[in-house]
Amino acid sequence: MDAKHARHSAEDKAVEAKTDQSIEPEEALTPEELAAQWEAESPEPAGPIANLVSSLVVLGLGIVGMVLSVGLGLGSPAEPAAGMWPFIISLIASVMAIAQIIVGRRGGKDGEKFSALSWYAAIGFGTLLLMVVLMPLIGFEIPSLLLCFVWMRWLGGERWRSATIYSILIVLAFYAIFIAALGTTIPRLF
Amino acid sequence: MEFFGPVLDGFNVVLDPTNLLYCLLGVAVGMLIGVLPGLGPAATIAILLPMTYGVEPVTAIIMLAGIFYGAQYGGTITSVLLRLPGEASSVVTVFDGYVMAKQGRAGAALGIAAIGSFIGATISIIGLTFLAPLVARFALDFGPPEYTALAMLGILLVATISGGTKIKAIIAAAVGLFLATIGRDGFTGAERFTFGNLSLADGIDFVPIAMGLFGVGEILYNLEERHRAATAPVKVSNVWPKGKDIKEASGAIGRGSVLGFFLGILPGGGATIASLASYATEKKTAKDPSRFGKGAIEGVAGPESANNAAATSSFIPLLTLGIPANATMAIIFGALLIQGVTPGPQLINNDPQLFWGVVNSMYIGNILLLIMSIPLIGIFVRILRVRAAILAPITALITMLGAYTIRNSMFDVLLVVFFGAIGYLMKKFGFEPGPLVLAFVLGSLLESNLRRSLLVLEGDPMGFFTRPISATLLVLFIVVAVWPIVKGVIDKRKNSSLAASVAEEKLKENA
Repeated sequence: MDAKHARHSAEDKAVEAKTDQSIEPEEALTPEELAAQWEAESPEPAGPIANLVSSLVVLGLGIVGMVLSVGLGLGSPAEPAAGMWPFIISLIASVMAIAQIIVGRRGGKDGEKFSALSWYAAIGFGTLLLMVVLMPLIGFEIPSLLLCFVWMRWLGGERWRSATIYSILIVLAFYAIFIAALGTTIPRLF
Repeated sequence: MEFFGPVLDGFNVVLDPTNLLYCLLGVAVGMLIGVLPGLGPAATIAILLPMTYGVEPVTAIIMLAGIFYGAQYGGTITSVLLRLPGEASSVVTVFDGYVMAKQGRAGAALGIAAIGSFIGATISIIGLTFLAPLVARFALDFGPPEYTALAMLGILLVATISGGTKIKAIIAAAVGLFLATIGRDGFTGAERFTFGNLSLADGIDFVPIAMGLFGVGEILYNLEERHRAATAPVKVSNVWPKGKDIKEASGAIGRGSVLGFFLGILPGGGATIASLASYATEKKTAKDPSRFGKGAIEGVAGPESANNAAATSSFIPLLTLGIPANATMAIIFGALLIQGVTPGPQLINNDPQLFWGVVNSMYIGNILLLIMSIPLIGIFVRILRVRAAILAPITALITMLGAYTIRNSMFDVLLVVFFGAIGYLMKKFGFEPGPLVLAFVLGSLLESNLRRSLLVLEGDPMGFFTRPISATLLVLFIVVAVWPIVKGVIDKRKNSSLAASVAEEKLKENA
C-alpha cells in the first residue's frame, strides 16, 4: 500500500512539475503566512481591460433590455405593464455597469487573467457542446467515451494506457447505473 | 402538547424507511461529491438536483438537506487533509486543521470536526424548532409590500456580503432578476423576451441555471485551476479524538454552536461569517493565543461547530419567510418550488408533516453523518488520492446525463452547458454566481409582490414607508446599500492620511 502510494505521489509530482513548472514552496504554517502564500499563489486579477469589456457587455445588455422593455410597454406606477419591471432592472444594471467602469478603471483585485491554461476550460466547453450535438444522433456512449478520453489524456495529463482504461470503465459504469439500473431514456447506441 | 404534537408527528415522517434511506443516501452522496476539491455545497446540490425528481417532496427535501450537510463536512475533509477549503466556511479550518494533520493528528482534527458539526447542528435544530414557529407567526401578517421589501433586502444582503466587488454582485443579481422575467407575464399574459422560441415561453427553468452556473461552471474552472493543487493527502491514523482533545475542544464547540446559530439566521453567508467569528473568539479567549495556527484543536472545533450551526439555522428564513439566506438555500428553495412546495409563513400550518419532517430529518442526518464520517474516512482519503484528471470527466458526465433525465430534453442539457460557460466567464471576470441564482429564484416573487403592492398603494412608492414593517425593512435596505459608499469614503481618508504620513517619514529619512 505504501509503495503504491509512493509511486502515485511520485507520478503526481511528475505531472505537476510538467504542467506547472513549479516546486511546492516551503510549508507555510501560521495563518498569516498561509494567507500571504494564497495571495501569492492566486492568479493575477483580471485587470482594467477585462473590467472595461465586462462592464461594457453589461451596459450593452442593459440598454438592449431597456429598449425591449419599452417595446413591451411600461404602463404607469399605478398600473404597471409587462415592460415596467424588466425596464427597472435593466436600468439598475446599466447604472451599475457605468459605476463599475469608473470604479474599476485601474483594474481592482477581482477576477482572474486568462492564461495559457484557460484553453483547457475552452476545450472542455467544446467537448461538452460536441456531446450535446452528438448524443441525440449516436447515443451517449461514444461521446462520453470521447469526452472522458480527451479530458484525461489532454486536459489531465494522464497516460494513453490509463486514459483508455479509465474512460472505458467510466462509460461502462454510467451505462450500468443510468441504463441498466435506473432505466432512464438517455439516447443510447446499444 | 399543542406545540409538540406536530413536532412528534414529524419524527414519524422521518422514521419512514424510504425517508431514512434517502436521508442516508443524501448524506453519503453529499460527502462523496463534497470531498472533491473545488466543489462546495452549492455545486454539489446543484449537480445532484436531478436525483430529487420522481420522489415525494418530503423525501426529496430530506435528501437535499442530507446532501447539504454531507457536502459541508466533505469540505472540512479537504481543508484538513489537502489544505484546500471546499468552501468559504471552512477556510479557517485550514489554519489549525492542516497543521494538526501534518503533526499526525489528522484523525483527531476530522473526528472533532465531525463531533463539533454534530453538536452545532443539533443545538441549532433545537433552536430552529422553537424559533421557526414564532417567526412564521410574525410573518403571517406580511402583505405584498412587506414581501417586496424583504426580498429586496435579502438579495441586497447576499450581494453585498458575498466576496468580490459589491457593484459586480449587484449586477449579477440584476441579471438574475432579468432572467426571471423571461417567459409569459403572469399579470398581462404578454410574452417577454422569448423571441418566439417555444422552449422559452414558460420561462427558463431554475435547474439548468443552477446546474450550469454552479456545476459546469466550477468543473470548467477546475480544469484550468487544478494544476495548482496537487499535494498528496496526509496519512490519517487514529480517527477518534483522545479524551484530552475532546476536553480541550468542548468549550469551543459550545461557543461556536451558539454563535453559529444566531449568525446563521442573518441573510448572506451566515456560515462563513460564523466560522470566522468563532475562530476569532477562540483565539481571543484562549489562555495562550500563540497556539493558534500551530495545531490548536479549538481552532478546528469552534469554526466547524459554528458553520454547521449556521448552515442549519439558515433554514429558518427559508422555511418561515420563504427568503433564502444564501446561494445554497436558494438552490434548496428552487428544488422546493419544483416539488410544488412554496416555502413561507403558511408552510408550517398548511403542511406540518413536510415542515417538521424536514426539520427532524436533520437530527437523523447529523447522527448518520457522525456515524459514517469515522469509518468512511478511509474511503474519502482514497477518493482524494484518485487523480483529479479522472474525477473531472466523471462529475461532468453526472451533470450532463443528470440534466437530461430531468425532462428528457436535450435543450435542458444545452442550457446547462451554456450557463456553465457563463458561470466560468463570470468567475474569470470577478462576478459571483451566487447573487444571480438567488435573485433568479426570488425574481418572480419580487416582481409579483411589487406589482401587487403598487396596485394596493395606487402607484405611490412612498406608500411602502407608511407600513411599519415594510418601512423598517426598506430603511435597512437603504442603510445596507449606502454603507459601502460611506465606508469607502472613510477608508479613503484613512488611506490618504496613512499615505501622507508615510510620505512624510520618507521625507524625514531623506533629510
